[in-house]
Amino acid sequence: MTSKEASLHDAIAEFVADGDVVALEGFTHLIPFAAGHEIIRQRKRDLTLVRMTPDIIADQLVGAGCVSKLIFAFMGNSSVGSLYAVRRAIEAGSVSPIDIEEYSHYGLLARYQAGASGIPFMPIRSYAGSALTDINPNIKKITSPFDDESEIYVVPPLNPDVAIIHAQRADRSGNIQSWGILGPQQEVAFAARKTIAIVEEIVDDDVIRSDPNRTIIPGFVVDAVVESKYGAHPSFAQGYYDRDNDFYRSWSAISRDPEKLRQWIQEWIFDTEGHAGYLNKLGEGYFEPLIPVPHMSTPVNYGSVR
Amino acid sequence: MITAIQTDNTTTATPAAYTASELLTVVSCRLLQGKRRVFAGIGLPTLAVALAQKSSSPDIEQVYESGVCGAHPPRLPETIADASLATGAEAILTMPVLFGYVLQGGWIDVGFLGAAQIDRFGSLNTSVIGPWEEPIVRLPGSGGAVEVMSNSHEVFVVLRRHNLTSFVNELDFCTSPSLRAARLAAPKVPTRGLGVSTVITDLGVLKADNTGELCLASVHEGVTVEQVQAATGWPLKLMEHITVTAAPTAEELRLLREDIDPTRVYLR
Repeated sequence: MTSKEASLHDAIAEFVADGDVVALEGFTHLIPFAAGHEIIRQRKRDLTLVRMTPDIIADQLVGAGCVSKLIFAFMGNSSVGSLYAVRRAIEAGSVSPIDIEEYSHYGLLARYQAGASGIPFMPIRSYAGSALTDINPNIKKITSPFDDESEIYVVPPLNPDVAIIHAQRADRSGNIQSWGILGPQQEVAFAARKTIAIVEEIVDDDVIRSDPNRTIIPGFVVDAVVESKYGAHPSFAQGYYDRDNDFYRSWSAISRDPEKLRQWIQEWIFDTEGHAGYLNKLGEGYFEPLIPVPHMSTPVNYGSVR
Repeated sequence: MITAIQTDNTTTATPAAYTASELLTVVSCRLLQGKRRVFAGIGLPTLAVALAQKSSSPDIEQVYESGVCGAHPPRLPETIADASLATGAEAILTMPVLFGYVLQGGWIDVGFLGAAQIDRFGSLNTSVIGPWEEPIVRLPGSGGAVEVMSNSHEVFVVLRRHNLTSFVNELDFCTSPSLRAARLAAPKVPTRGLGVSTVITDLGVLKADNTGELCLASVHEGVTVEQVQAATGWPLKLMEHITVTAAPTAEELRLLREDIDPTRVYLR
């Protein structure tokens, strides 16, 4: 197989264009922060950002002026704060610089599933009586084709121009292996027209082939695979490094003040010039307290021919 | 009139001897008796399930929105998708399995939810204060709350502050509709379960009557019925027999403080 290995700079430059619908996924775990920072560095504009759970990365992208629309289901900084750049934008009301399109978790996930499956809509057992149906014309009620007495809400497919995900490891062909909390990465990768996968490490083909059930996304769905160690910081990569909870707790104080946010983006994103520079700025030994104690799975026996 | 019925004769603590979070956790835990599978986020619901596992309901299971089932975390998780929840868990499900098969499939007995606003029948607002288009405060949104409400057999709502800001006659925005609101708006769409059956607050416990209306069922020690009614934005009906919450027992407090949350991550 041809290698799809690329640098983070080149992958973002090639596959993310101004005006694109860009999905950055990862459910608390494996959030593609390094890729988000690179989008900011390359000053991409007018993006529709799709993310089930916009968190600090969304605050940074909105704060840096990359985003004109946000499609989401839950925005927040877990229980430790708020996304002030996103809120400043939305709370500006009629003069808001961003549009929003609001779903519940399964509503947005079902849009990825419909998009990945090439079907015109996906029914879910939600939304009866919810005001979300008033403000979002993409949530519609239909009558069952099998029973006139039964109705259900449906959502249309979503096919982002590009999906960006982070995972633990891959081979050079882009076979992505991940474990722990998986989020909607598989669904969004199949739904998107292009997929960029950032991984903690690119490994030999043999490693991937020793455990094929661990592959959540086959290489044929992936357009670029990028090795970027600690590329999910301050979120975490199961078995590699834990969540940097101190950073999450510190974010509100930064994002509450537009000038502090501007300075932070300048200092930590533009001035670092790349993910390597960002890691240098964090300093040697920064990750030591975040590295977990090993907790190995028992290997399974796939067997082989006699 | 309050008909105070003290149901628990074991050693109990005096009000000053426990915090509001401890009381809410203990009350939630007791209400979980007899339940099997609970969908709960981080915070007091997690503590309530942990306490139930160590006391009245050893077989109760917690399902997290991140897909983790049967978690055995070595320390208290900080988020619903904490690394410590995954390590040593009995299962980690993908999102289509969690939302499609577990929730929609009807496997959840009790879903725990919180909200910025709740109405008389248990509809919840987690989206916005003020108009959606011109928000005064933009809140996080639904997350999986709409799904938990639509698919759990019953929903417990925990609200740390019972006041006129949160217990409103009319929601600014109905993110997660009550069973009644769902049936009124779309009678042909299938529903499941009881909707919000129980609301646990810092003043007492509200329970749904057979029309789904939330009525006062018990008050915490030192709280009057009038006080709860004054803190509720609709004419709050009373259940026939209103009890006074039995104080946490010494053993419940010991489990919470020494075993479950010794560094007081959630027991603020």
